[in-house]
Amino acid sequence: MTVSDAVVEKRRGLSPRQRAQRSRGIQYAVLVVIVVVAAFTANWSQIANVFFKPEFVKSAFTSGLPGAFLKTIEYTAGAFVIGLVGGTLLALMRLSPVAPYRWIATAYIEFFRGLPAIVVFVAFSLLPLAFADLVIPLDPYGTVWLALGIVAAAYMAEVIRAGIQAVPKGQIEAARSLGMPVGVATRKIVLPQAFRIVLPPLANDLILLVKDSSLVFIIGTSAAAYELTGFGRDLANTESNLTPLVTAGFCYLVITLPLGLLVRWLEAKAARAH
Amino acid sequence: MTAAAAAEPAEPLAQPLVHAVNVTKSFHHNEVLKGIDLDVDRGQVVCLLGPSGSGKTTFLRCINQLETIDGGRIWVDGDLMGYVDRDGKLYRLKNKEIAAQRREIGMVFQRFNLFPHKTAIENVAEAPIQVRGESRKPARARAQELLDRVGLGDRCTSYPAQLSGGQQQRVAIARALAMQPKLMLFDEPTSALDPELVGEVLAVMRELAEDGMTMIVVTHEMEFAREVADTVVFMDGGVVVESGPPRDVLGNPQHQRTKTFLTRLRSAHEHP
Repeated sequence: MTVSDAVVEKRRGLSPRQRAQRSRGIQYAVLVVIVVVAAFTANWSQIANVFFKPEFVKSAFTSGLPGAFLKTIEYTAGAFVIGLVGGTLLALMRLSPVAPYRWIATAYIEFFRGLPAIVVFVAFSLLPLAFADLVIPLDPYGTVWLALGIVAAAYMAEVIRAGIQAVPKGQIEAARSLGMPVGVATRKIVLPQAFRIVLPPLANDLILLVKDSSLVFIIGTSAAAYELTGFGRDLANTESNLTPLVTAGFCYLVITLPLGLLVRWLEAKAARAH
Repeated sequence: MTAAAAAEPAEPLAQPLVHAVNVTKSFHHNEVLKGIDLDVDRGQVVCLLGPSGSGKTTFLRCINQLETIDGGRIWVDGDLMGYVDRDGKLYRLKNKEIAAQRREIGMVFQRFNLFPHKTAIENVAEAPIQVRGESRKPARARAQELLDRVGLGDRCTSYPAQLSGGQQQRVAIARALAMQPKLMLFDEPTSALDPELVGEVLAVMRELAEDGMTMIVVTHEMEFAREVADTVVFMDGGVVVESGPPRDVLGNPQHQRTKTFLTRLRSAHEHP
């Protein structure tokens, strides 16, 4: 602190700590005012009735919520596998010495990353109209996995590419110096290390995928194929109450919050390894 | 050369194991190697000395085709490295064929480059299993022997991160030996090590030389070069300035550039 600063401080009569305390006090006061105003103006009984009515929570569980929960997980898991395989393939193509492979991969990635996922789902909902005799196997899973996986592959390809490029060049040189052909070096040396590096961001992509699976109802699946959002929306419609949708929403948190913890744990582990 | 070797199968040992002629290499118009000639006989240890940027590491990497050469030719045990000669015209070999050539040549890197996701024994056994198709059990048994040989028989299940630099480098030597190479290349194998760990790595290399392994070693370890090398090659500015037995090149250098380099190296050693 210089002499002139000290003089200014003295004139205001407040030390830095005192000023911090005053600022914190103001923030608490604002918070209290907002809470008090909300508590007195909002119609709490109506809000509770519309969003959190216990009997609708119960009816949601008895009328198929667990099945929808399972569907969400199944849709996500299948799409993740497609995304992982497709993304790895695209990442390797992007890094290929063969230029056309690079162009194709880049075009695919940029196209599906730039497109709202909902457009892809609308397209899939219209496919049966355009191709009358098109049959995607494993209905409804095939369609859903494909629609979700196509988009997920584009996102995951970029993550995996970054992972591959983060593997030190010396690793490839060591593999080559031992006489490993490119394919063996990639499979045994580069990819295992790349996946270790990208595990946290991949788990993050999985969380996004769980949420994106909610777009599935746009494809127009039958009620039996409903995942959480489709189920919640349907039941909320028939009951004229939002509680089923809120319940479905909490089910997403049951999936995503542990995954979020997993990401943080993986990141901490990766940080410790370096 | 290849033709000559094929014509005289009676004495294949007569030719040098490594025969490099007029090797040139540029990186972006910067000529790093300006015509290197080098012969290494079987069982010989050759130390490459020279200031950084003199091209010695690049030349080493050209031998096993980690770098492609722009001109000249390199033969290892009669095989033209990286190319096939059809009527005096060179055609690049397929990647698979180059990989096969590399199997005969072990390489040890300055920064070890062990596979971090594999244990010491897996590092050593990986190439024999993946490349030579050996089954797991005998490959691991041989890996164990090699780790014993470099004094790390008790660290088989350790991951590289759990080993000291000197131990990692010894595992790296065992890994290279697992492919039963005819030739070992060492690229400044002790430069990344703490001073107290240099000795254990040099000791392993010394034993390897005594066992008759043909070795080309890029190094700044004068003591090692003096005691172990059959030939010392001094490189500067992409050319071989002088070469010969250590007592000549190190004890009585003929060229000013060699003298300057050796003086600098000595003073750096005495006043680090």
